[in-house]
Amino acid sequence: MLDYLLSFLILTGAIFTFIGSLGLVRLKDFYTRLHGPTKATTLGVGCLLIASTVYFSTRDAGVSLHEILITLFLLITAPVSAHMLAKAALHIEIPSLAKIPENKVSEYKKTRSEVVKQAGRQEVNPSSTETVKPDV
Amino acid sequence: MGRLLPHPLLTPILAIVWLLLTNSFDPGQIVMGLLLGWAIPLISIRFWPEKVYIYKPLTLLRYSFLLLFDIIMANFTVARLVLGNPDRIQPAFVVMPLDLTSDLAISLLANSITLTPGTLSAQLSLDRKYLLIHAFNETDTKALVAEIKNRYESPLKEIFEKC
Repeated sequence: MLDYLLSFLILTGAIFTFIGSLGLVRLKDFYTRLHGPTKATTLGVGCLLIASTVYFSTRDAGVSLHEILITLFLLITAPVSAHMLAKAALHIEIPSLAKIPENKVSEYKKTRSEVVKQAGRQEVNPSSTETVKPDV
Repeated sequence: MGRLLPHPLLTPILAIVWLLLTNSFDPGQIVMGLLLGWAIPLISIRFWPEKVYIYKPLTLLRYSFLLLFDIIMANFTVARLVLGNPDRIQPAFVVMPLDLTSDLAISLLANSITLTPGTLSAQLSLDRKYLLIHAFNETDTKALVAEIKNRYESPLKEIFEKC
């Protein structure tokens, strides 16, 4: 019985991880490709880790719980790395299927000294509307 | 209190992480975990300039379950889109104005957006007032922003910021 549960979890995990990687091949531009590994793999790896917890808890004497940490770290690091990748891609202007909002691009092209200068100015006069308007 | 325990919340969290890491619940390991939980916040105090308060722990718990459910749904959504016809996907960039001001709340919102169906946080504006979101397959951007605000931003605001 337990074997069936474990095989089901491992197979589900493998399928979702595979779909996540397949997204890298099938999708058309860099930004949509980022969606595959950040989402489809969380459930995939999650299932594999649950299977590992169940297996090692039943086989050995003690409960094996450090897999929970892997899930936790994965859930924290996957979005952060995707965010940094997207940010870097926007910075070097990788072409996108979607229209990139123009004023946003110019904003993060600013150098560090400009940022510091702007932050300083805002402290002096917080009501100044130096910020970029949203274009929604 | 403030000096010796700069972040009271961090200590039990680090202790629990230590116990999970060593995979044992011996009294010795619990003491070690608490020691680390006390020492690490003291050493890394410069990385945590703002104090973290949780005003509504129950809302945080409810938010975690909502997020977990959405992550599982996101997997199915993305799986369907990947296996479907990739030419039909219409990605879009959406600019979302932020109501949150706390750093931690903004990071958690950005993480939540990336982990949930069809959206990816791509860029936080330098003044921390707008978040650039890449939507996987979205035509109604206004509805998307309204949904994120309702579903994720308002509970986070309740949890981490004094109203």
